[in-house]
Amino acid sequence: MTSSAKLMQGNEACTIGALAAGLEFFAGYPITPSTEIAELCAEELPKVGGKFIQMEDEIGSIAACIGASLAGKKAMTATSGPGFSLMQECLGYASLTEVPIVIVDVQRMGPSTGMPTSPAQADLMQARWGTHGDHPVVVLAPGSVKECFELTFRAFDISETLRVPVIVLMDEIIGHMREKVVLPDFSTLRPQRRSAPSTPAGYRPYAADPDGGVPLMAPFGDGYRWHVTGLFHDEAGRPTSKGEVADALLRRLARKVEKAAPLIEEHFEESMEGAEVVVVSFGSSAMSGLSAVRRARREGIKAGMLRLKTMWPFPDALVAGAAENAKGIVVPEMNLGQLALEVERAAGRSAALGRGVPVLRLGKVNGELFRPEEVYGAIVEAAR
Amino acid sequence: MSSTLSYFRQENLPHIWCPGCGHGTVTGSLVRAIQRQGLDKNKVCIVSGIGCSSRAVGYLDFDTLHTAHGRALAFATGIKLARPELKVVVMTGDGDCTAIGGNHFIHAARRNIDITTIVMNNNIYGMTSGQYSPMTPKGMYGTTAPYGNLERSFDLCELAKAAGATYVARATSYHVPLLIDLIEAALQNKGFSVVEALVQCPTYFGRKNKMGGPVEMLEWIKNGVVNVKAVPLLPPEKVIGKKLIGELYNAPAPEYSADYDELIAKVQRTYDAFQGGLYGCASNSD
Repeated sequence: MTSSAKLMQGNEACTIGALAAGLEFFAGYPITPSTEIAELCAEELPKVGGKFIQMEDEIGSIAACIGASLAGKKAMTATSGPGFSLMQECLGYASLTEVPIVIVDVQRMGPSTGMPTSPAQADLMQARWGTHGDHPVVVLAPGSVKECFELTFRAFDISETLRVPVIVLMDEIIGHMREKVVLPDFSTLRPQRRSAPSTPAGYRPYAADPDGGVPLMAPFGDGYRWHVTGLFHDEAGRPTSKGEVADALLRRLARKVEKAAPLIEEHFEESMEGAEVVVVSFGSSAMSGLSAVRRARREGIKAGMLRLKTMWPFPDALVAGAAENAKGIVVPEMNLGQLALEVERAAGRSAALGRGVPVLRLGKVNGELFRPEEVYGAIVEAAR
Repeated sequence: MSSTLSYFRQENLPHIWCPGCGHGTVTGSLVRAIQRQGLDKNKVCIVSGIGCSSRAVGYLDFDTLHTAHGRALAFATGIKLARPELKVVVMTGDGDCTAIGGNHFIHAARRNIDITTIVMNNNIYGMTSGQYSPMTPKGMYGTTAPYGNLERSFDLCELAKAAGATYVARATSYHVPLLIDLIEAALQNKGFSVVEALVQCPTYFGRKNKMGGPVEMLEWIKNGVVNVKAVPLLPPEKVIGKKLIGELYNAPAPEYSADYDELIAKVQRTYDAFQGGLYGCASNSD
């Protein structure tokens, strides 16, 4: 058996990655630029015994996914800005109740209906903080069509093993771009599945090591007869109003992702050795960034590229390390500085205070992709 | 037959409901209907939304899911599709079901997905202490309708029927044997079933409308309904303005999750050569 090369769209690659990970259930609502994912799921899932349902809205879509996941299935939904906003409450529900689901957000311009459907990368903060309350999530951002496959597959592994919602944060360009992709031989893949208890006797659905442990998850319908609630709950799953129980629960949930962060962290880098100007970016903006870095290197400027694939938990140490020996950091992104804020924080310095490495915020919100010369110009400026 | 109490998580009792509340009567009726049907506890899944009535599931010894406000039917849809062999029941209230969850309600009905929905209609938002709901009768009072409710209320059963539910019935916390019978029939219908249970909320609806205690409210409920079977025998003046109780609609039709399984079988036959692979990459061979 060999691998196969195909010309495909990011949205297709994402769907195939999900199917390779063992997707069994998809619920969604039509919205550009993510709809191809739903269409492909509708076509492919019945072939493998899975199910697709077009729900009445995005709230229903994520809710149905959580229900299917509780009944033991690997579930995914896909949407874009307005739909992602509608999903936020139930995203928090999945986070608190520790139900594995994957949510794909193919970002378009916002707020509101915006300028459909030009690309943007402005859901970075919403993906992390969109739902109310402190909660853990994991957010992965593919930077190529192939990575749409890889990171969606990975999203399922992380979601299943940590029992946490994982967001695949794409953008319109990544979703609709076509590239040649060489897919791996699926028989070599080893998708992960949540750990299940072995017997209903004495099952305590939320019992876990307080230091970020992940409880065992029984599927509904197998005789465990457990209770799931969006109220804070004790280890037996019973609602609680006790402050210390709530405190322990929220801290365990946060710690769960915090502890796994080194394993989750993924990035791409090029020419970082001795780089004086570092371009930090993600998704499609990083493609223009990389082109600019290569041109700068050809012209004798010591520029390096750091493209983040794991957006949340934010790779603080990685960014701090990159900033250490840099004269300047350039952050191209299709928003008004959401990633730059985190980069400044992680670098431990604030450009606003005039200290340390200056972070050049290259925010673009006109619905167009960066031209490499725009990033190049910023690199030249930062190198001065 | 095991005892009725054995269907409860007794360690979670006592419940949070106020003295005189009707939700316990409905919860007990559901349990008795399940008991009479002899359903396997391990194969029943009960889902609820948010509000007083939705707290019922926490006391019941099944796989239970207390979801987000209005979304019980959407969660339940995912469960039913994932495990069609499960008997899925939704317990919801008038606000949860007809306001914030109205869209999921009509679409679950339209699909005729096999979910039994018990709507506990106490005409008010109890958990938030007495605001008017889409089921508060016009002219009655709530904390957000201090001068009387201007809005018209739904006829929930007509709504369910029009949206495509295949079994629709109404009973009350006064007519308990009837309520149990109707829930039992609803559980037997392979499709989307709705049982509206009219219940008393003495704490908020009763007090705000000066209706007296639970007993007076049960009288009010009783006097406001007529059994659908008695209608042909009664003069019109005894029927006008009354809500009908009993089985209001029973028209079995093809069910969604069963249709889906048929679809899968058909697609898999068509794609026999596909060999369970992925997206044309079945064997990944060149």
